[in-house]
Order: sequence, then C-alpha cells, then structure tokens
Amino acid sequence: MNKDQILTAYWTITRKECVRFLRIWKQTLLPSVVTTGLYYVIFGTFIGSQIAPINGHTYMQFIVPGLVMMAVITNAFANVASSFFGSKFQRDIEELLIAPTPNWVIIAGYVTGGVLRGILVGALVLGVALFFTKLTVYNWVIVIGFLLLTSVVFSLAGLFNAAFAKKFDDTMIVPTFVLTPLTYLGGVFYSVHALPTLWQTVSKANPVLYMVSGFRYGFLGMADVNVFVSFFLLVTLTLALLLANLYIFKKGYGLKS
Amino acid sequence: MLKALFLNQLSKTYATGVHALEQVDLTVEQGEFFGLLGPNGAGKSTLINIISGLVTKSSGEIKIFGHDLDRELTEAKACLGVVPQEFNFNIFEKVEDIIVNQAGYYGVPRAKALQSAETLLKQLELWDKRHQPSRVLSGGMKRRLMIARALVHHPKLLILDEPTAGVDVELRRSMWEFLQRLNTEGMTIILTTHYLEEAEQLCKNVAIINEGKIIEQGSVKDLLTKLHQETFIADTYENVDANTLQVLQIFQAKSVDANTFEFSINDTQVLNEVMKILDTAGIRVRSIRSKTNRLEELFVNLTHKKPV
Repeated sequence: MNKDQILTAYWTITRKECVRFLRIWKQTLLPSVVTTGLYYVIFGTFIGSQIAPINGHTYMQFIVPGLVMMAVITNAFANVASSFFGSKFQRDIEELLIAPTPNWVIIAGYVTGGVLRGILVGALVLGVALFFTKLTVYNWVIVIGFLLLTSVVFSLAGLFNAAFAKKFDDTMIVPTFVLTPLTYLGGVFYSVHALPTLWQTVSKANPVLYMVSGFRYGFLGMADVNVFVSFFLLVTLTLALLLANLYIFKKGYGLKS
Repeated sequence: MLKALFLNQLSKTYATGVHALEQVDLTVEQGEFFGLLGPNGAGKSTLINIISGLVTKSSGEIKIFGHDLDRELTEAKACLGVVPQEFNFNIFEKVEDIIVNQAGYYGVPRAKALQSAETLLKQLELWDKRHQPSRVLSGGMKRRLMIARALVHHPKLLILDEPTAGVDVELRRSMWEFLQRLNTEGMTIILTTHYLEEAEQLCKNVAIINEGKIIEQGSVKDLLTKLHQETFIADTYENVDANTLQVLQIFQAKSVDANTFEFSINDTQVLNEVMKILDTAGIRVRSIRSKTNRLEELFVNLTHKKPV
C-alpha cells in the first residue's frame, strides 16, 4: 500500500471507531460525566469543604485533575477493549485481517479511537468541574502531553487485553480488578505525601500515580512525583505496549488459528 | 497463462494436533471458474482461511497472481476478495458503511468507495437497504452483502465459501448469473459448494478434497469419465412387467412403481440396449433422467460419504 492508501485505511478505522462511540453516547460518554459529577458533589463540595487547603488549593481543585484522568483512563481502555473484542466476537475483525492494511495501521486506528473518546470524556468531565470550582492551568503543554500519553497507554492496554480475551468477561477483569484499584490508590483523592513512608514507597509502584501526578502538575504546579520521571514512565509504557501489540498482531495471538 | 492461485505442499496442523491439510498442491489459472468440493470437515474452509490470512499455515507455499503470501503479503491480499461461509460483519453497522469501510481498508478513497458501493448494491438489489443496519437483512440479503463487500476493491481473484448455502432456488440462480457475468468479465472465481449441480453448472475445473488431501483434480468433463456407473430412472406409458424386468437384470433394473423403474449403466454398456429391450416388449418410454447428479455420484464414490 502506498502512503495515500495507508492514510485512507487509517482514517477509515478511526472514523468507524468514532461513529461507534458517538452512536452509543449514552453508554460511552454519559456514564463518566454522571459518576464524576457525583464525585464532585460528594467529595469536592460536601466533604471537601471540611478539608484544609492543600498547597493553597481547595480540595475540589486538588481532585479535579485526578478525576479527569480517571475518566480518561477508563474510557480509553474500555473503548478499544470493547470495540476490538466486539469485532472479534462478531468476526468482523476478519474484514481487516484479510485486507492489506498493515498491522501498525490497525493498531493506530483503534488507538486513535480510544484516545479521542478518552479526550472527549475528559473534556466533558472537566467542563462539569467548572460548575463547581475555578480552575487555572499552570502549564498547557504538560496538561495536553499527559492527557495524550495516558490515553494512548490505556488504549494500547485495552487492545492488548481484547486481543487475548476469549469472552466479554475477560475484557471486564482488568478494568474491575486492576484499573479501578490502581486509580483509586493512585493519588486521585489524596497526596501520597500524606501517607506513611511505607505506603508512599508502595504507591510508587503504581503507574497511575505518575499519570495523575503529572496531569495535576499541569493544572496546579504541584506533584507527588517528579514530572520528568512521570513523563519518562509514560513514554516507556507507550513503547512497551506498542511493541507488545505489534508482536501479537504479527504472530496472530488471539486473532488467528 | 498466469496462475491466479498456486499452492505448493500446503499443510496445516492445528494446535490440537488435527491435520487439517496435508501437502496440498493446487493450481487455478487466471480467468477460471474453479470448484473446490469436499464433505464437511474436509479442509475447504481451512484452505480458504489460510489463503485469506485468517489461519496460519504450518508449511508450504502460496502465491496469488504470482505474489508470494509470505514475502509480498500486501500485493497478494490486494488481489483477493473473499466471501466466507458464515456472516462476519458488524450487525449494528449500516449496509453501505460495511461496504465503504471495507474499501477503505484496501486504501480506496471514500468518494470512490461510495460510487463502487452504489453500483454493487444496485446490482445485488440491496440499494434500498443501504441505510439499514445489517442485522435487519434476510439471510439471502446478507449473503449478497458479503459478495458486494468482497467485490468493492475490484479483486482479480474471488473466493466464495458456499455462497448459496441456505439460499432459495430463485436467488441461487440469480447469484449464478451474477458470478458467471463476473467470470466472463475476466475475474477468476473459486467456489466451494455442497450443491454439486452448482459446480457442474458453473465450473470448468474442480478439485475434490477429502480429509485434508486433494483426491481428484481436473476438468468436470474428465472427472465424469471416471464415473464407472450411472443410475437412471425411466417413466413408461405401459406397465413394466416382471419378464421385462428379468431381461433388464443385466442393468440391475428395479421397479419403482408400475410405470417407473430404475437401472444402472456401467462404462461397458450402452443406453440403446435398454431402449431396444423396452421397444421389443412394446413399452414406450415417456422420460428418462439421472437418478443423482453425475458429479454427486462421483463425489460419493470418491469420498465414501454422502454430501450434505
């Protein structure tokens, strides 16, 4: 395939993914907005009003970046995992596998779909936050960089999960038993500096901590972990998951007999 | 002449240890309408899935229009259109989107894909359904949708895995006409089917596959010469009495009812002898027909299994 044909194939997959999640927006866009809105009300307003400012920021301002990141992570992962597994389940993935579309283009198309849903939901959740508090941005480049890299990482992770999944339950195990605990323990609602030393050390094994911390730094200029360390970790995870996906597509694991 | 498909010593052993294909050699020339016949589980779908890139071969060589599937995957795939046996499209997607997206995966620009989709959907009488989700289509419409999808990038080789399974007679015949037209226009077509009448009607050359091996290959005409015995059913105006049946015993004659009997002719006998005996007995023949399709009879003889 030449450059134009590759671009056409990439846009076709991306467009198809976007049409899918926009068609079923009540399932894909709305739930995170409602859930996070409740977090804002309960944790930000009711409980947050009783918590002292953190580095000069209200508790509501403190949790907004983490909650946005939580929505981005779950939506980027879920979009690719459910869409790709759905295609495997209905066998329409064969449409792509018999075509000359290179594997990296298939991966790029699905990941772009996941990233766009992650960013769209993130933007909606951020928009809702503006009803509750004022937000300032300390560094736009860091905000956008962490938003993009985090959604890419979890889109790639969703694809990897879906490629190996044999039933729909398999695509739910990771979000329920891995992503949710990691996100809740990743400093969304608290600063890890408030934890005992042992738990601070344990928390640093959680990759979500670095994403939330870096993203929060972009808004508030304060972080639990050095922002460059967080950035380096995200780039490393992106490359590792990209290579893992390229490998399983090449070998056909979970895709070919 | 250029080979549309060339398989050399193609083998497939699944992880379960099942030998689905064993050293299959097969050549299909450009422009042919080729039939691949075999009972259930013979290896037909595995063969097609390997060619399509959906199943990994264990060993062997595959070339599509001279492009090696291992070394020139993109070029080989671009030549190929596949209509699988089972429906494999997204049931929530609209008919037109399924076709246009498939074109996109082959790098066909959207504007051009929309034009091709319109032509194909009109030809296959699906144009009125273009905005419907595919799940609302009838079984026959879904089959035609898969044919349209396989053709949207203008492949040189079209492979159809039992395209008329479960399709009514009228639709089957219109599909035959459509496929014959494509073949006349130059497209190479490989068809697997359980309807051997279909293979005899459409295909010039066939291969019979059984238990993962090609057991016969050649023109339909040549293969039929290997049929050593053929059974006929004759309807008569007069009753065929016991004496006449006795005389016809050399043809293994059996009475079906008073005015109908069946008999078999082997390759050393001629039909005229039967007619002569009936004529002598004063029995007039109203009609005579083969009991089974001749290719079907050969198929059963070779595979020792009844086609479904």
